[in-house]
Amino acid sequence: MKILVCISKTPDTTAKIAFTDNNTKFDVNGVQWIINPYDEWYSLVRAIELKEADASTLIHLVTVGAADAEPIIRKALALGGDEAIRVNTDSHDSFYIAAQIAEVARQGGYDLVFTGKETIDYNGSSIGGMVAELLDLPYISLATKFELAGTTATVTREIEGGEEVNEVALPFVLSATKGMAEARIPNMRGIMAARTKPLKVQEPVAVDALTSVSGFGLPPAKAGVKLVDAENVEELVRLLHEEAKSI
Amino acid sequence: MSVLIFIDTAEGHVKKASLEALTYGAKVAEQLGTTAEAVVLGTTQDDLPALGKYGVKKIHHVNNDNLNHLDAQVYTKVIAEVAAACGADTIIFSNNVNGKAIAPRLSARLKAGLVAGAVALPDTSQGFVVKKNVFSGKAYAMISVSTPVRIIALSPNAYQTLAGEGTAEVVAFNTSADAPKVKLVSVNKASGEVPLTEAEIVVSAGRGMKGPEHWGIVEELARTLHAATACSRPVADAHWRPHNEHVGQTGFAIAPNLYIAIGISGAIQHLAGVNRSKVIVVINKDPEAPFFKAADYGIVGDAFEVVPRMTAAIKKLRGIA
Repeated sequence: MKILVCISKTPDTTAKIAFTDNNTKFDVNGVQWIINPYDEWYSLVRAIELKEADASTLIHLVTVGAADAEPIIRKALALGGDEAIRVNTDSHDSFYIAAQIAEVARQGGYDLVFTGKETIDYNGSSIGGMVAELLDLPYISLATKFELAGTTATVTREIEGGEEVNEVALPFVLSATKGMAEARIPNMRGIMAARTKPLKVQEPVAVDALTSVSGFGLPPAKAGVKLVDAENVEELVRLLHEEAKSI
Repeated sequence: MSVLIFIDTAEGHVKKASLEALTYGAKVAEQLGTTAEAVVLGTTQDDLPALGKYGVKKIHHVNNDNLNHLDAQVYTKVIAEVAAACGADTIIFSNNVNGKAIAPRLSARLKAGLVAGAVALPDTSQGFVVKKNVFSGKAYAMISVSTPVRIIALSPNAYQTLAGEGTAEVVAFNTSADAPKVKLVSVNKASGEVPLTEAEIVVSAGRGMKGPEHWGIVEELARTLHAATACSRPVADAHWRPHNEHVGQTGFAIAPNLYIAIGISGAIQHLAGVNRSKVIVVINKDPEAPFFKAADYGIVGDAFEVVPRMTAAIKKLRGIA
């Protein structure tokens, strides 16, 4: 079985969010970059577990980005991928990225394409669905559990107020969220092995982006907390009722 | 030209998030000087013409057994057909679980620019620009869509539902939907509880509760407020509470009208999931808890004393003995 795992580089969850160039660009100054947590903790680790259960499984990683994405993809290889493909381009919008991933997927003939449910920078939740449509494959989003028996997968996905279990035959595309797997830390052996694993660089296919960012902004700061004495909880309830009108 | 709104259903009932999408879509249509139409797939049990009160004029109902459960691939094809038939140039979804599955597919199919997680009406003064949250609610971006057809997936709880007068004309839309490849095996829903992502009020608790056996007071407060319950990541990781209650960067991102955080310190990863809440109340015995900086109201005190008092005060306010 061959699995393609999509890896995105995102700012660390604690990174300071600021913008430059008249609020049109994210300020990368001093930002630590990480593997998008949904890609790493849930999608990649579940793929690695599948390989551990069946050693013939091949895991390929794909990232769409410039050379500065390579430390991220090496870290992903250290966790357990077999080889990686970097599509050498500055990322544009989600459709542009999805089209690049779909092209890599077409070339590789994968049984499964795994993505995280969203990236923590653009929060689009779009890549998996777009890749699935471009490949004309089924798509299961927000997957919390994945089990495989032969060529049929049983996938649990989040729904409002609960979850549902779906059955679908390979090949298909999935987006992973919490529950799929537990976070892991790469070990020394993995880190050493990752140095010599193949990392192919290929040029992007020509695709037009469908959207662009015309500007960023920060939400207005909160006015400050209004503290109420612990002995006077009725006052808090009154404020919530009369002032905030939220109860 | 028209605006087409996707009406999402669960067990045949229209979801609350779709009422927001209908209200929003009707407003977009008004802005663009065109009419609001909607599409609903599969068997429904609700009064569809009554949805006209949210401003939609016409509802295309594709009643086909292949559409009674979501297979995003099948749904996308059918919605694309309906969109073509009614000449839709703007298509509206809720960015809820099903919207996240369908809208990106439709975007790729129609080469229509997608704004996923919109929080405001489009600005059409120069092109077509829609505001959405980015960096997990720590910032926003203005997304410019330049394609002839555009898709907006509206963030749940970002746009107020508004019911007026009116009845929608419901027309059957006949098409042969493909047999689904995704088969539904089972549904597991906590019955009678408010779904977290749809809740107007959320009562959430963290490690400060000291153990799962102490959750009774949290649940009692939630029941009194008709609220959903939620928790922080350490609580879910310790299996004190189920994972589907975890809100934060790697759990659910929610935007209720009121978020009450009990015994949660307010790490940046937690705030990322709740910072779009309209009003935040923090109850924590540590006055230095970072959450107070993000709160509107706060009580420095022991949750085991404050929470039951709060429940009692709300019961009194609501005239419940």
